[in-house]
Amino acid sequence: MNPNEESLSAPHILDYTYRRSLGAVLSKFFTGLRDRQLLGIKRKDGSVLFPPKEYDPDTAESLDEMVPVDDTGVVKTWAWVPKPRRQQPLDKPFAYALIQLDGADTPLLHAVDAGREDAMKTGMRVKVRWADETIGSIKDIACFEPVSGGRHE
Amino acid sequence: MSDEAKDEVVKVIQTPVQLEYIYSAGKSASRFLRAMKEGKLIGQRCPVDGRVYFPSRGSCPMHGVPIEGEPVELEDKGTLVTFSIVRIPAEAVPLPVPFVTVQVLLDGADTILMHLLGNCNVEDVHMGMRVKAAWKPKEEWEESVANILYFEPLDEPDADYDSYKEHI
Repeated sequence: MNPNEESLSAPHILDYTYRRSLGAVLSKFFTGLRDRQLLGIKRKDGSVLFPPKEYDPDTAESLDEMVPVDDTGVVKTWAWVPKPRRQQPLDKPFAYALIQLDGADTPLLHAVDAGREDAMKTGMRVKVRWADETIGSIKDIACFEPVSGGRHE
Repeated sequence: MSDEAKDEVVKVIQTPVQLEYIYSAGKSASRFLRAMKEGKLIGQRCPVDGRVYFPSRGSCPMHGVPIEGEPVELEDKGTLVTFSIVRIPAEAVPLPVPFVTVQVLLDGADTILMHLLGNCNVEDVHMGMRVKAAWKPKEEWEESVANILYFEPLDEPDADYDSYKEHI
């Protein structure tokens, strides 16, 4: 093919530089993360949603009672990521996991730095590893890491 | 982080989304862009009704036929069809506010080109005014429409409304 007939190509980057206004409940949640505190929200039946929601997902009632949960919890299910992409939370193989923190009744999706896939197990205990600097972002939780022993379900 | 910032409630989070593409121009637009580098404006003629599409686009969207054959070279002047006065600065626009975005019908073309207007007071902009391309210095030309900095007024009488009304 004549080089003059070949198609030109160029990088094209679309940047959406969104800022999200948090509202009363999530504002407390993210302020908590900055202060290295994990805040869920209590429903009328006493169960705790973590991460918190503004409204009860079943009854649509407005929720406002924030309660602290522990920085340890249990892996409910997980998927191994052998080749992380650039924007994923860790730059080495890790697991995405649904983690139910002690004191919460719903799981949080986050990353577990277990080193190897065979170190991952449903039901395993994990603990928050905080970022070096916390700023009020979900990335203030750098990831979770395995812990041995502790409380069982 | 300052101690003061630590006391403040977090009210907003940054949630950027970045999409990274490699854009492939295709044969027809590549030919158009290579001609831009030479300072030439290339359109193509529809084989069914003879309309000239600018920039060239390889096929006619009206008749659904490929456009082959020799490209049509156009002059760098035309008629301002419509315009909009913009009072908010834009990163991609090298002009101070207020600036004017324009739709220009190049002489000999049957489609309009969106571009900028320069060297003109915003009070003086009007439909039908004759304009000419202001080019970057030749040594800066690339395979890009941005080789034309903007269009600027030509010292010619306005075009007849009938000559551009179908493009409004």
